[in-house]
Amino acid sequence: MTASNPQINRLLDREYAAGFVTDIDADSVPPGLNEDVVRLISAKKQEPQFLLDWRLKAYRHWLTMPVPQWSSVRYPPIDYNAISYYSSPKSRKDAPASLAEVDPKLLATYEKLGIPLQEQELLAGVAVDAVFDSVSVATTFKDKLAEHGIIFCSFSEAVREHPDLVQQYLGSVVPPTDNFYASLNSAVFSDGSFVYVPKGVRCPMELSTYFRINAANTGQFERTLIIAEEGSYVSYLEGCTAPMRDENQLHAAVVELVALQDAQIRYSTVQNWYPGDEQGRGGIYNFVTKRGACRGDNAHISWTQVETGSAITWKYPSVILEGDNAIGEFYSVAMTNNFQQADTGTKMIHIGKNTRSTIISKGISARQGQNAYRGLVKVLKGADGARNYTQCDSLLIGDRCGAHTFPYIEVKNPTARVEHEASTSRIGEDQLFYCRSRGLSAEDAVTLIVNGFCKQVFNKLPMEFAVEAQKLLGVSLEGAVG
Amino acid sequence: MNALLSIKDLHVSVDGKAILNGIDLVINTGEVHAIMGPNGSGKSTFAQVLAGHEQFEVTRGSIRYADQDLLALKPEERAHAGIFLAFQYPVEIPGVSNIYLLRTALNTIRKQRGEAELDAMDFLTLVKERAAIMQMDEDLLYRSVNAGFSGGEKKRNEILQLLMLEPRLAILDETDSGLDIDALQMVANGVNTLRGDPRAFLLVTHYQRLLDYIKPDFVHVLAAGRLVKSGGPELALELEQRGYGWLKETAAGAAP
Repeated sequence: MTASNPQINRLLDREYAAGFVTDIDADSVPPGLNEDVVRLISAKKQEPQFLLDWRLKAYRHWLTMPVPQWSSVRYPPIDYNAISYYSSPKSRKDAPASLAEVDPKLLATYEKLGIPLQEQELLAGVAVDAVFDSVSVATTFKDKLAEHGIIFCSFSEAVREHPDLVQQYLGSVVPPTDNFYASLNSAVFSDGSFVYVPKGVRCPMELSTYFRINAANTGQFERTLIIAEEGSYVSYLEGCTAPMRDENQLHAAVVELVALQDAQIRYSTVQNWYPGDEQGRGGIYNFVTKRGACRGDNAHISWTQVETGSAITWKYPSVILEGDNAIGEFYSVAMTNNFQQADTGTKMIHIGKNTRSTIISKGISARQGQNAYRGLVKVLKGADGARNYTQCDSLLIGDRCGAHTFPYIEVKNPTARVEHEASTSRIGEDQLFYCRSRGLSAEDAVTLIVNGFCKQVFNKLPMEFAVEAQKLLGVSLEGAVG
Repeated sequence: MNALLSIKDLHVSVDGKAILNGIDLVINTGEVHAIMGPNGSGKSTFAQVLAGHEQFEVTRGSIRYADQDLLALKPEERAHAGIFLAFQYPVEIPGVSNIYLLRTALNTIRKQRGEAELDAMDFLTLVKERAAIMQMDEDLLYRSVNAGFSGGEKKRNEILQLLMLEPRLAILDETDSGLDIDALQMVANGVNTLRGDPRAFLLVTHYQRLLDYIKPDFVHVLAAGRLVKSGGPELALELEQRGYGWLKETAAGAAP
């Protein structure tokens, strides 16, 4: 297919539908980062001493770390002193007790994004913990979840109400010294979500959080911690969009999952942050550390992600398979259009016996988009009978984009079985012509072909998310296929 | 008799290289025409130009189809107007189920014609009935489009699409190549089911064999980008006996 196909280009040119800025007075800390800022954040959030100490330790360690250079993403150096590390919507001061008290402009923002909270409360079983900038504004379905003993709240609230749980698990999967961005997050994280599912409880609804970056120059440093006690089950959905703006915004989140014996955690993400314009200006830098630990026999963690947004995506949702028979899964669709860059993949660390992992990665590159899969499968000495299956498929649209695959395999146990399959294909003129000769428009044909390519991953998403993901891919293609 | 398709002095080239050098052809509703010719004579190009493949450049001539300027229509608009091309090499589309493509295609075309879309039940009834004509396993309906299909299954699948979309002008591009006799009979059976007014067929083929089962009204020989000879079904038999060699000379002699 030629890059000059006018229909495809029109499709690619569709503008970012969620691009707007909400005009809300933000209570922000002046730009800059030092120990006083870390102390100020902690004080504003009235945190216990252990957390301040933890933040300071992370900050001091961060100062000693070099900026990572090993990935294939390229961007100008970030001035960490030009970023404001704390902002909260003003209405926070009167602590809204219900949606009715929430700033109407904020609610209108969600409406524009098609995320009407009030409707969602009524809609089938989805509880929403909405993060607007740095403070959780509304939490729904809490009472219903509380009946089952499930805690689903903002991270700040968890620090206040359940400090013991936070202290026990925070940093136990992603240590504060783990990597450059994780350390930065540990020092200055603002808020996020906290989930605790007690022993033997099956969470009766999908838990969902919508993130949204808004106030200019405010880096977002969410922290998410999900703990599934023995024999419990929880499915968590994370979805994001961001308003259009010119300067790059840093987003360095940390997500930690802990699944104890026989527990299962499904974590699904649809990421649609502002990708920058067609010249490559603006867009979110999405540098995220996501990791889960299967900390007991038969524990099971699945990551499913659909990454269509952000100027740069740098994330490797990983699973540490500690318990015997533990299962780790990673299903990913990453799409890059225009000048977007994605370096994403996973790490599966096999420690327990008969641990199994599955990796299905689908990369789509259009226009000048660059897409890299980077995955590590590591089988330690004691992991008898460990098995991994990896499949990496790349789809190219146009002739100026790129797809790269970097699989790392380290096996220290002779009984392990590791399989890797990879393919690269191109949406061809012949496929397009075939569909069009059956009456489909060029746009519909491209969407059909790409959705077919991603089907294996979409099948793993919860139903309502799968529909959203397909729509999102259609929208992203309009700015993403060239 | 109404002229469904009327081609005048059609010249086509690809990447600056002339492939068709002045084709004139009229197809009326109810007729079945066969285009025969040696390899490389431009048969497939001709079929794909009619379906609107953008790789080919029409440098001269005109095509009228059902009182429209066919060359002004995009491939999907031609499909909406009732043109169907059964591909010589049907394309694989991984992850898209055959039945989903069929339903999307049928409902898109119905919508363009101002007809109501078929609901899931009616569609399923129809597709099962038509698949039975082609003796296709239901399993093939739920597999990805053409992925892992045998050569014969791909061709039968093309004819299934033909039966579903019920076009006014169906072009079969070497549908018979690579088919065994049983599959060939099924394909012919499918075509004969739809044959007659208000439809017309254009069969592009290398061999006479298909024409034993689908009897054409007219046979044309395409050589070096021109229709060098036209006749009735008996012309196909003559070609079977004599080959194309004698006509190639005619074509060379006739070239300007």
